[in-house]
Amino acid sequence: MARCFKKIIELIVYKILEKQNLATNVYLFRIKAPLIASKAKAGQFVMLRVSQKGERIPLTLAEWDGAEGSITIVVMAVGATTCQLSRLEEGDKINDLLGPLGNPTEIEYFGTVVCVAGGFAIAVIRPVIRALKEAGNHIISIIGVRNKELLFWEKELEQDSDELIITTDDGSYKRKGLVTEPLKELLEGSRDINRVIAIGPTAMMKFASLTTKPFGVKTIVSLNPIMVDGTGMCGCCRVTIGDETRFACVDGPEFDGHLVDWEEFMSRQTTYLDQEKYSYQCSLGTGEKHHG
Amino acid sequence: MNKPLNKRIDMPLQAVEARNSNFDEVALGYSPEMAKAEASRCLQCKKRPCISGCPVGIDIPGFIKAICDDNLPAAVETIKNDNILPGICGRVCPQETQCENVCVFNKGGNAIAIGRLERFTADWERNNKSEIAPVSKSPATGKRIAVVGSGPAGLTVAADLARMGHSVTVLEALHTTGGVLKYGIPDFRLPSEIIEEEVENIKALGVIFQLNTLVGKTQTIDELLERFDAVFLGTGAGLPIFMNIPGENLVGVYSANEFLTRVNLMQAYKFPEYQTPVKAGRQVAVIGGGNVAMDAARSALRLGAERVCIIYRRTEVEMPARREEVEHAIEEGVEMIFLASPVRFLGDEKRNLKSVECIRMELGEPDSSGRRRPLPVEGSQFIIDIDVAIVALGTTPNPLISQTSPGLKTSHKGTLIYDEATSRTTKPRVWAGGDIVTGSATVISAMGAARRAAADIDKFLKTDEGKAGQNWLKADV
Ligand SMILES: Cc1cc2nc3c(=O)[nH]c(=O)nc-3n(C[C@H](O)[C@H](O)[C@H](O)COP(=O)(O)OP(=O)(O)OC[C@H]3O[C@@H](n4cnc5c(N)ncnc54)[C@H](O)[C@@H]3O)c2cc1C
Ligand code: SF4
Ligand code: FES
Repeated sequence: MARCFKKIIELIVYKILEKQNLATNVYLFRIKAPLIASKAKAGQFVMLRVSQKGERIPLTLAEWDGAEGSITIVVMAVGATTCQLSRLEEGDKINDLLGPLGNPTEIEYFGTVVCVAGGFAIAVIRPVIRALKEAGNHIISIIGVRNKELLFWEKELEQDSDELIITTDDGSYKRKGLVTEPLKELLEGSRDINRVIAIGPTAMMKFASLTTKPFGVKTIVSLNPIMVDGTGMCGCCRVTIGDETRFACVDGPEFDGHLVDWEEFMSRQTTYLDQEKYSYQCSLGTGEKHHG
Repeated sequence: MNKPLNKRIDMPLQAVEARNSNFDEVALGYSPEMAKAEASRCLQCKKRPCISGCPVGIDIPGFIKAICDDNLPAAVETIKNDNILPGICGRVCPQETQCENVCVFNKGGNAIAIGRLERFTADWERNNKSEIAPVSKSPATGKRIAVVGSGPAGLTVAADLARMGHSVTVLEALHTTGGVLKYGIPDFRLPSEIIEEEVENIKALGVIFQLNTLVGKTQTIDELLERFDAVFLGTGAGLPIFMNIPGENLVGVYSANEFLTRVNLMQAYKFPEYQTPVKAGRQVAVIGGGNVAMDAARSALRLGAERVCIIYRRTEVEMPARREEVEHAIEEGVEMIFLASPVRFLGDEKRNLKSVECIRMELGEPDSSGRRRPLPVEGSQFIIDIDVAIVALGTTPNPLISQTSPGLKTSHKGTLIYDEATSRTTKPRVWAGGDIVTGSATVISAMGAARRAAADIDKFLKTDEGKAGQNWLKADV
């Protein structure tokens, strides 16, 4: 009994094995979580609660290692929970971690796939890129960040993708502008684009979807609504897809970007803006709800 | 013994003015004198009808007699023989439709207050632990059982099987135990400490709790069956039902599950000390007429709402909530709008909820449930200004379990198909009980099913019956 108890404890003590500061306010955590690691697939997420009094927030998986029994998440310290998390160090423990949740990304051979990521979602599009690449797709990655300081994993992405395009809002590195510009050029070009996957801030996913719509290229987005349980129990994460209400945590998080009711989605994301400001103790912040 | 009184003894309550703004328990429980006086009203009937009214068959006259005899340890033991969660059941069971309904005194409306006495006994135990002998356990059998879900069904099956000498692991999706008791029922009706204490008692039996484990995602049932001799599913009915009317996704429209989870499980009423926020609302409408609706309405009131109304499509008589909850809600100022049903929610330009349009209903012929069917009255629409709406129209089982477990069959309602006598599902070595098989029901009916499952699992494991799946429930029941 004692041994068995110890074994279970090991399965559910979420110890931080590694912490890295990837870019301004962007942190990577490799965390012990054998059960989650053994099941994880590209596109899935975890629910995390830092401390006893903390919120449960969804974070998409950036990496996992079944052999080591670890998962990797990347967070930007923008809200109360992510700031609290960013202050933890190697050896510290995370109170709760549940996963892997949501449906994995649909992976098959499509042909040429454009993978668009904005901000720190660079981290979470990597497993998607790799899985699609493994399935034989030609991958064109478009990565957009506000400025050079926020860019990370450039080399890795270069290796993972067949082509890599980087944009910065302020022109401090590579191409100046938004990700939608090179995306549009690709769609207008002579090559067949068979699918687009966009992960990142809501506005970016919305405009990527609007850009591809006239071309009729299927566009998958990874929605990041506010969640509570992440298991389909509360309906907090509901989104309208076509004419239907779906729960992002169990029916998603990936949906056809052309069918998403973006206005509704964006309004629901702002539900607790006032309270979030109030509980927000860190200095830096944009309006974006904890994306992962 | 005192002379039998013919009126049941009221339970002291927190004053309305005070309780409207706190989440402390409303009902304060009997004093020892009150309990004894109430207990001594019991006639100790020969036929003991109350026992058959109790879904787990507690020896009700037996424990009541022990209270009369000042033998509270015996009262505790008597109850615990059949009910491992008396502090919970004493507080939340709908006694008026169960044991108290068949009590011989009920005709005059003065049934023995069995629930209050049960609660009194459990509370006494909590405060006098040292006087109670630890529950006995059979010698270890070496058999291992996985229990999925830590609501009343899961806790009961775990406790029973542990006492029978099996080694039990409970797997729970959330970060804490208790299921609906914890995330749904508010502290003012069932304080968290009561649940925690009763869970501690089960841990003391050697039951292991593995939290943060969503079966179907983190581990599948087939994987569990490789490591365990039997699996019990007590995963409840957690999927909220919405009305599918226009405006339901406006900012400010909640499912009761979300609203109550934020308030209870995540303690949003202590925001910002606890980091989960909730929109308190100034004018709140709760849709529905069950316990869940009462809990949501009374929580909204305590969060500071100026006006809280319950919109229910039938009348007070048909309300499925416990009578006491309806009474308390009305006392506290919750407004009841009967015979009305929402047709759409309206929002402002920022998509914030600003009102709900309802239509009047009238009761027609009885439907299949025997209750008179509500029918809309044409042209009777009216509008109520609100900034928060809470939809409390029930839940169905989360399809995750059945989708990820080949061989588990469900009904058209999404509930698992099972054999009522044994709690066996259509999948060999998998049992189920509670809301997952009945749809949202009651704590005690979940516990009843769990007890039947525990008995059958024990029998199955001891005899190795149907090891290869023979004799297992036929899939077409
Ligand atoms: C607000 C509210 C008030 C109520 N009031 C009363 C009352 O006054 N009296 C009364 O008798 N009844 C009441 N009920 C009903 C009662 O709570 C339920 O009938 C009872 O809790 C059902 O018990 P259960 O064990 O079947 O499921 P639940 O209590 O729902 O527990 C299921 C547990 O399983 C977990 N779970 C689900 N899926 C998985 C999975 N895949 N893997 C792991 N774990 C999982 C859930 O997180 C949960 O903890 C109320 C219900 C609500 C919502
Ligand atoms: S029916 Fe009522 S009076 Fe008779 S034994 Fe039961 S509780 Fe006592
Ligand atoms: S987060 Fe609760 S249902 Fe999706």
